[in-house]
Amino acid sequence: MTLDTQKIRADFPILSTKVNGKPLVYFDNGATTQKPLQVIHRITKYYEEENSNVHRGVHHLSQVATDKYENARTYIAGFINAQSEKEIIFTRGTTESINLMATVLESWVFANEEVLVTAMEHHSNLVPWQQLCKRQKAKLKIIPVSQQGEIDLDLFKEMLSPKVKLLALTHISNVLGTINPVKEMIEVAHNYGIPVLVDGAQAIAHTKIDVQDLNCEFYTFSAHKAYGPMGIGVLFGKETWLKRLPPYQFGGEMIDQVGYEDSTFNTLPYKYEAGTPNVAGVLGMEAALRYIENQGIDNIKKHEDHLLEYATSLLEEIDGIRIVGTAKEKTAVLSFVINGIHPYDIGTILDQMGIAIRTGNHCAQPLVESFGLPGTIRASFGLYNTIEEVDVFFAALLRAIEMLR
Amino acid sequence: MTIQEKSQSVIDEFSMYDDWMDKYAYLIELGKDVPLIDEKFKTNQYLISGCQSRVWLHAKMKDGLILLSADSDAVITKGIASLLIRVLSGQTPKDILESDLDFLKQIGLQEHLSPTRANGLTSMIKQIQLYARAFLLKSQKL
Ligand SMILES: Cc1ncc(COP(=O)(O)O)c(C=O)c1O
Repeated sequence: MTLDTQKIRADFPILSTKVNGKPLVYFDNGATTQKPLQVIHRITKYYEEENSNVHRGVHHLSQVATDKYENARTYIAGFINAQSEKEIIFTRGTTESINLMATVLESWVFANEEVLVTAMEHHSNLVPWQQLCKRQKAKLKIIPVSQQGEIDLDLFKEMLSPKVKLLALTHISNVLGTINPVKEMIEVAHNYGIPVLVDGAQAIAHTKIDVQDLNCEFYTFSAHKAYGPMGIGVLFGKETWLKRLPPYQFGGEMIDQVGYEDSTFNTLPYKYEAGTPNVAGVLGMEAALRYIENQGIDNIKKHEDHLLEYATSLLEEIDGIRIVGTAKEKTAVLSFVINGIHPYDIGTILDQMGIAIRTGNHCAQPLVESFGLPGTIRASFGLYNTIEEVDVFFAALLRAIEMLR
Repeated sequence: MTIQEKSQSVIDEFSMYDDWMDKYAYLIELGKDVPLIDEKFKTNQYLISGCQSRVWLHAKMKDGLILLSADSDAVITKGIASLLIRVLSGQTPKDILESDLDFLKQIGLQEHLSPTRANGLTSMIKQIQLYARAFLLKSQKL
């Protein structure tokens, strides 16, 4: 089924804004997506009709809020096909999910052991592991990425050994658009008993996520990159793992019995949810994922693949262009540089023409530097983008290049 | 010319262009006239942070006046540096520290030249003021 983009666009009020007098072309979905009315209204409804603290009141509203909150957890567990809602921990987003793991895995990674990440990680899936390794006197090893933007699977396999205690890798690269062969890599890692964390920040809105099929130990994502609100996200963890790892933050909600000397802790998932949670955020995230489900993730992927393919074919014709990331399996992200022109200059001129793209190192400084670049220009697509917008973008880009050459 | 007079001449020049595209083209042109920083100063020490592109800025004191030079690998950033240098280079530290730089708001690129953009403008201004303060202190000690 093809997406009805005109109908979809009507759900996103912000898409009809003008920037510098021009209709907005929003191609910065990799940074954050816009929110449909369904999400905005869900959040408003919560504050207008349902607001109360969860899991503590005996009163009606508290029960309403708690039910909605827990139903959302169940829905989200189903959305990524987790075995149970106990495996769904609500966090502030991908970054917090990974930091949580990098803290509690202090009880798993020790001196002289190794953590593997790929060369294409976002800083959020690199620095927490780098710092964990520093604290534990362990070694962080980097799995190389080819000039096309693909993980070298042979080299990856050679790096595996009983010393490796964790593999952390991104499902889809926010710079290159590469869809990594995570399932295959997880299977190989498991042969060595290595648990795997997948950073799904760029995947959740673009491809079907099935954590049981992937068989990863941990999976993380942020709602705001999937048409949901900012400040809320998920850490999925296999129950067996989350059960035996220590708590992260301490306080209300996550405890069982508290004394002045010692305390016992709540069961999953509450053990990892200290303090009053972001209930409105959770409900907004549920509404966003339901929106995706209604459109059909496969339809969305097909639509975005089409946009990517069309945009790539146009851009390839530009004199002096280099497309950064030419992996066979790729989606929704198009990074490039133009010979002799700084990405920042292009971004600035495109902005004047109402086009929102991102320039810079996209929080993946080591990767961009390894390509010998000062940064890239990145167009990243979402379900509401259209072929016509790609045409506008292309024409604007040609104009910018003409001006800057 | 005083900072005030130089600012006014920049405002007058930009007012000749209505279209943002022409304003940017002019800004880029100005960048080509920037007093280029000596290659040997293109080091981290003279690099301005807070900008996506690299900008280097150097200042020296001659006959009581501050002389600025710069370079950048992005042409728009270079234009911005050139604007600042055109108005502030050759002035006394005291005058620089007392200037309000209001002309930036009046040339019609205000949204682009706003301090919250990652264009390095704020950092460049801060750095120039820092140089001015240091030179002022030095001259008072002598
Ligand atoms: C691949 C990847 N990982 C992690 C993150 C961090 O996500 P958040 O800022 O929502 O925590 C991002 C966001 O840019 C990303 O693209």
